[in-house]
Amino acid sequence: MTKQTGLHFIIFGMIALLFGLLFGSVSGLQFIYPSFFDALPFFKSRPLHVSLVVAWIFTAAVGGIYYYLPKHCGLPLWSNRLPKIHLALFIGTGILIIVSYIMGRFGGREYWEFPPVLAIPIVISWILFGINFFMTMRKKGAPWPVYMWMWGTGIFFFLFTFSESYLWLLPYFRNNVVKELTVQWKSYGALVGSWNMLVYGTAIFVMEKVSGDKSIALSRLSFLMYFLGLTNLMFGWAHHIYIVPSSPWIRNFAYFISMTELLILGKIIRDWKRSLEQAQRNFNILVFRFLVAADVWVFINLVLAIIISIPAINIFTHGTHITVAHAMGSTIGINTMILLASCFYIIQEVTGHGINMKNNRVIAYGFWIANSCLLIFFLCLISAGIGKGIYTAQDKLTFQEMMQKITPYLTVFVFAGIGIFAGMLMIVLPAFKTLFIKSSRVEQQEEQ
Amino acid sequence: MKPVKQMSTPLKRLLFWSLFVSFFIYTAVVLTKGTDNDKGKDFLTEEAKQGKLLYQKYNCTACHQLYGLGGYMGPDLTNTISAAGKGEQFAKAILMGGTQKMPNFHLPEAEINALVAYLNYVDKTGVSNPRHFKINNDGTVEEERIMTND
Repeated sequence: MTKQTGLHFIIFGMIALLFGLLFGSVSGLQFIYPSFFDALPFFKSRPLHVSLVVAWIFTAAVGGIYYYLPKHCGLPLWSNRLPKIHLALFIGTGILIIVSYIMGRFGGREYWEFPPVLAIPIVISWILFGINFFMTMRKKGAPWPVYMWMWGTGIFFFLFTFSESYLWLLPYFRNNVVKELTVQWKSYGALVGSWNMLVYGTAIFVMEKVSGDKSIALSRLSFLMYFLGLTNLMFGWAHHIYIVPSSPWIRNFAYFISMTELLILGKIIRDWKRSLEQAQRNFNILVFRFLVAADVWVFINLVLAIIISIPAINIFTHGTHITVAHAMGSTIGINTMILLASCFYIIQEVTGHGINMKNNRVIAYGFWIANSCLLIFFLCLISAGIGKGIYTAQDKLTFQEMMQKITPYLTVFVFAGIGIFAGMLMIVLPAFKTLFIKSSRVEQQEEQ
Repeated sequence: MKPVKQMSTPLKRLLFWSLFVSFFIYTAVVLTKGTDNDKGKDFLTEEAKQGKLLYQKYNCTACHQLYGLGGYMGPDLTNTISAAGKGEQFAKAILMGGTQKMPNFHLPEAEINALVAYLNYVDKTGVSNPRHFKINNDGTVEEERIMTND
């Protein structure tokens, strides 16, 4: 039954992704045609887009963990009931959040705009997930592979940072904008780090299974990279708030920590040739193809992240579309590609043969459409961001004039975004259909 | 096949717990001393506190930024009150009538005043335009408040 709950998480994650991309396309069109679809104005469509895409990332990662632990790690879950409660809480809270956005009931802050009371079931669901994960892991002797460390770290830090992001409810934090913004972005920065732990852990797990090379998850280098990632999760968040007037040591320390990512970049460059050979050899394998795409996007985004973490550059790029490029490149190019690889790995297992030939071709087209459009999307945002950064620094144009000048880039960006949605539909719909049918069969088999 | 070089479990635990403890000490300092600086605290009236909650209630952050954090549809509002050609009356007029891109929320006067009071408070806490920062040779930056009220 737990295996099936894992599949249900992934199915609901795919629904969230498709609706998230739909609302993303709507809000994109509203960005350039403000009166487009008046029934759902931008201040409602944007949070719908963001929350649903974030829900996809968490749900697909969590579903994978529920599926992999008993199936591959030889670790039957401590409780089979908790994942079902977790799923029910996820669906129930998700529906309430969507309704609250559509009704225009806000009250929270960016990314968690829903009324704060809805944070309570989210926290409860993660506590249940955490209890189940760590109680299950007690049965596992040392050494844990690195992905298990990453999953555990991701679960703990999600709970911690999500709770921290609600400190604004206390007047001590709310009544000082410097404190409030700093704490908000401290929590958000680390929260992104926590989901990266879940997603990158999944990537290492899938890579280990596809390649059959167990050293990937046990080597000293993997753990060094994990600790480097953890250090950045904990201390590297302040590049979001260089211009907020908090104590200078906060930003200088974050600057130093962010530069340690050069070590990760160095490792990627060192392994470049080997990675390329491996990619060419296995590109025909669907799961591997998505992992290769994620690798390319890791490289692109890491270079951008390092550049915009330098305060002297960040003050010009901050608050421009370059930040959006970084966020979108990471969530679509890295997280979504890895999670799709995980989904196709699971599909291959539950069906025994994977996706049929006809759908395989559709997915291959979808893959190229989504990634090509993402590249155009990314470059347009960078160009728009450079323009906005320069005009803001010059301080000669009004905001409207500035936006008018960068509208051509934003127009292409919006249509490239719709292209990403089209590509994702071609990838996700066949996967969704296959998984939906198979999850029903798994249920029947488990009942027998 | 070459044996894999592994990190010992005690070393992993040591590294993890060292980072973990450091993180909590660091968090405590950030949440207290590191963010105590509030140059605008004299402007934080009860009305401004109310305005902060209204800013969230109407999801202003979907379109607007404070210190470059928030949405991209509308302008950054950090220094709207002290910016040349803007100010409180300008902000009130926008809030009352909306614009081509911003809907008219039909806000009551008390709420408009509260939102403006909040923006006035934020304005006094610092600056968001990169022109107001000094760039050092090592890539770090320092705020140099050269605000203009013309």
